[in-house]
Amino acid sequence: MKEQLLNMKEKASQALTSAKTLQDLEDIRISLLGKKGELTAILRGMGGLSAEERPVIGQLANEVRSFIEDKIEEQKKALVASERAEQLKSETLDVTMAGKKPVIGKTHPLTTVLEEVKDIFIGMGFSIVEGPEVEYDYYNFEALNIPADHPARDTQDTFYINDNVVLRSQTSSVQVRVMENQKPPIRVIAPGRVYRSDAVDATHSPVFHQIEGLVVDKGITMGDLKGTLEVFMKTLYGNDAVLRFRPHHFPFTEPSAEVDVSCFVCGGKGCRVCKGEGFIELLGAGMVHPKVLERCGIDTSVYSGFAFGLGLERIVMRRLNIDDMRHLYDNDLRFLNQF
Amino acid sequence: MKIPMSWLSDYTDMSGISPAEYNHAMTMTGSKVEGIENPGDNLINVVVGKILEIAPHPDADKLVVCQINVGTETLQIVTGAPNVKVGQTVPVALNGALLPDGTKIKTGKLRGVTSAGMLCSYEELGMTEADFPDAEYGILILEDSLPAGMDIRDVFNLNENIVEFEITSNRPDCLSVIGLARETAVTFDRPFTLKQPAVKGAGGDISDYVSISVDDKEGCMRYCGKVVKNVTIGPSPKWMQDRLKACGIRAISNIVDITNYIMLEYGQPMHAFDLRDLEGNAVNVRRAKPGETLTTLDDIERTLDESMLMICDGKKPVGVAGVMGGQNSEIKDDTTTILFESATFNGALVRKTARKLGLRTESSARYEKGLDPENTEPAILRACQLVEELGCGEVVDGMIDIRGAEEEPNVIPYDADRINSFLGTNIDKAFMDKTLKALDFVVTEDTVTPPSFRKDIEGFADVAEEVLRIYGYDKIPSTLMCGETAHSVKTPAQKLEDTVRTLLCACGMNEIVTYSFTNPNLFDKLCLAADSPLRNTVTISNPLGEENSIMRTTAIHSMLETLARNRNFKAETAKLFELATIYIPDEDAGKLPEERKVISLGMYGDCDFFDAKGIVETLFEVVGLSGARFVPESENPTFHPGRFTSILVGKKEIGVLGQIHPTVCDNYDIDTEIYVAQINLPDLLTYAKSTKTYSPLPKYPAVTRDLAILVDDTVLAADVEAIMKKKAKKLFAGLTLFDVYKGKQVPEGKKSMAYKLTLQSMDKTLTDTEINETIQEILSALEKELGATLR
Repeated sequence: MKEQLLNMKEKASQALTSAKTLQDLEDIRISLLGKKGELTAILRGMGGLSAEERPVIGQLANEVRSFIEDKIEEQKKALVASERAEQLKSETLDVTMAGKKPVIGKTHPLTTVLEEVKDIFIGMGFSIVEGPEVEYDYYNFEALNIPADHPARDTQDTFYINDNVVLRSQTSSVQVRVMENQKPPIRVIAPGRVYRSDAVDATHSPVFHQIEGLVVDKGITMGDLKGTLEVFMKTLYGNDAVLRFRPHHFPFTEPSAEVDVSCFVCGGKGCRVCKGEGFIELLGAGMVHPKVLERCGIDTSVYSGFAFGLGLERIVMRRLNIDDMRHLYDNDLRFLNQF
Repeated sequence: MKIPMSWLSDYTDMSGISPAEYNHAMTMTGSKVEGIENPGDNLINVVVGKILEIAPHPDADKLVVCQINVGTETLQIVTGAPNVKVGQTVPVALNGALLPDGTKIKTGKLRGVTSAGMLCSYEELGMTEADFPDAEYGILILEDSLPAGMDIRDVFNLNENIVEFEITSNRPDCLSVIGLARETAVTFDRPFTLKQPAVKGAGGDISDYVSISVDDKEGCMRYCGKVVKNVTIGPSPKWMQDRLKACGIRAISNIVDITNYIMLEYGQPMHAFDLRDLEGNAVNVRRAKPGETLTTLDDIERTLDESMLMICDGKKPVGVAGVMGGQNSEIKDDTTTILFESATFNGALVRKTARKLGLRTESSARYEKGLDPENTEPAILRACQLVEELGCGEVVDGMIDIRGAEEEPNVIPYDADRINSFLGTNIDKAFMDKTLKALDFVVTEDTVTPPSFRKDIEGFADVAEEVLRIYGYDKIPSTLMCGETAHSVKTPAQKLEDTVRTLLCACGMNEIVTYSFTNPNLFDKLCLAADSPLRNTVTISNPLGEENSIMRTTAIHSMLETLARNRNFKAETAKLFELATIYIPDEDAGKLPEERKVISLGMYGDCDFFDAKGIVETLFEVVGLSGARFVPESENPTFHPGRFTSILVGKKEIGVLGQIHPTVCDNYDIDTEIYVAQINLPDLLTYAKSTKTYSPLPKYPAVTRDLAILVDDTVLAADVEAIMKKKAKKLFAGLTLFDVYKGKQVPEGKKSMAYKLTLQSMDKTLTDTEINETIQEILSALEKELGATLR
């Protein structure tokens, strides 16, 4: 009987090793360990054994059983693993094929860059305000120290709705509205559309965007204007950007400055883009003209302020290397999807 | 304004200043230099040569071989010019020469004969017939007195740096050599020398020659007149012509050139009349009479009106004040007695007149910025001095000088500390004093008085700028603002815009930005009724063109144009949005219009009506707007009558959504179905609930039931769903319309709608009985109210 059991163990070991599928394993398990299987058949002969032999054989039978069970389990794992490996192999993809991209939209480049600009100024404590585009002559000119016969009116080529109403030619119009409605301290930027009677070409558009800045408080100096614009420019263009302030004339600021930034192409050495100057005109700025402050009821012996105005299109074109302003208003998807 | 550097050095010391240095320094003190050009830079290695011999070319009939002395050597040069003769003095471009048109000259062979350069015509030297009106065709023949080998640039005075300035409108004093020389002197801290012009005079008395009267003293603040007799009209000397030319002014004759020279040097426009043409030997400054005309020097007859200030003689206009003289009194070859005019006219008046006449001149450009009455006298005296220097006439003694009201000098308080604390600088008072004095201010301990030519200096801030620009803007230390810590956040409206943009981009839509003015034909393109309120627009009175003449009252037109453009560029799908402003006129035309922001959506391609609606619904959900209703309408001519809905909150229409009518699509040349929506942004802000709160998650299972009902074709899903929701009461947990079917097995005029209805209780697991009761209630309500039957 012992012989039989050992034989069976030997046979089972071989059969299990050569089993190819989980079904083969199950068949072998039933034929050996099932109710009608070989082990049961052998154990039926236990009755004929002596009392000494019985525990020995019993123990051996248990050992054989657990040997077979372990073997089956082991074999099962191996088969599962190889079957999965087989399956995975059959599932191999060409991972170099293009992914399926979700369709997402993009904000317009003018918005994208304006958001950047807003973030920088919000970080410096500026609020964002808006004013009307269809504006009284008063806010666009009169209140900004540009009376009816001022030569500056000619150069601005303004669109008129009627004698008293214009399409604002500058966001500076918002300055006065803010000062009429708010007492200092004032720290605002006013982005928005402005209109000038310029024919459309690569660098001109009759509609474009400006960002006006206005600060009024006690003890505001020209140095503060310089410092503020430097923070802005360095955040926007990087720490290498160099600003150049030079005298200029605007009717509503005094002193006035034109602010140039080092050429983004040559870095200040002089090239074709900056016409050899190393600098590119970027914005106009200055200390708010005392007449403008006084007209808004602000006491110039206590308060002073600065203002600046920059063209958004110019910044966007420079930042994204766009060579023709018309792209910004054509809204060709082949253009919009580039950013 | 263009000025040769050598002219500036008549008044200040320019020695040792390089063009690059000059450019930078002047720009940094406020006289922006646009560029410095030297015409000689483009004319290199061209010298004076003497023709020694001329021999025929062995192989070409039309060419000759010349031996030419160019100073250091004798060169053989082949030319085809017909006008060369032995002994002539000619310009010779040597081997390696550069001509103004970019041509480079090299030694070469012409039909086998070596030619070591080229003889030049005036055109090849970059000059024009106006420079040499008498020159014959061919090589330019020079004066024999010029030595061989002399650089041609020195012959024609071309070796000169010419500075081009961009002068701001507040500085008419800098539209002159003297003004810029003063700025140069202050900038480089050098002396500035302005001499009083000295006129010898030839006796006589001006009052025997002419009488002058000014009727309009507000229009003419000062009028100075001087008479010159025994005038000999002829060309002005070369040095004067060269200077005028460098400044871009054509030489005409000695007297006219003197007036232009003074305008450039003093910034004071002048005019010269032929005295014999002034009827009654009188000058009268007055407004034009209605119907009067004048043919100006440019040979155009001008019709005048009463707003225009004229220079007249005893009877008729002879010049438009400050703009241009009249042909009837111009200087002619045989003019013998002239009247010089040096006057100050009202800038605004000149500007208006010049604009009306469409005639902007060097003179009017100066007057309109406001000139200094004190400058008229030195200018006219300088003109007389030049007449004497040139020997072209005799200056009659006496000057007629008529002045309007004299202006009080503007005395401004002066406080160096205040200037420093305003600028954020620490500039020495001594520096301030010195700078202001150099700029011709009268400086006392506590006041400054600007010179008469600086009308732009009005108060403290202007004085601060004067000091600062000479001190250097670049020397201001950069500081950060002190004061109360400002706190800033975006307003709810600004945040809403951000949310809308982010969401629409996430929905796969691209933002566009379009013009806010547009073409009035858009209303017809959109098929709007003749009485549509949208046709009431804010209209630009001076538009660039009809196509940009009104402010838009709808954003749909811009959207359709953009979609059409992209369709045209073969974009298969386009989904676009714009945060556009529309302009709704106020009933009171004197008031400003309402500028309303709208969300404009538009799409074609891989989408249908429900894609568009889904985006709108998602938008409402995200911003927290519940209770918007989509109400079908068929009366809007822009839209497909069966695929259009107005979007209501309560009774208020907050937007529209639909498919564009095919006829409208035709008008835009669009050959596909277009879906658009326009929603008022302010309404979204009003009705949206921006704060959202938590609802507990259900603990008990939800039950779904499919209900297929048969209803009349005209029954709206919204009505079916409202009943389902109402009757499910608290158990309602959602519904989906998953199928709408018409056709086989459905009677004509009916449709089958299949809903998946979800019921759920927050308190317990629902029993079959409870569910069935609810369903039954729903079905009987549907039957009663809409005639629906269960399929």
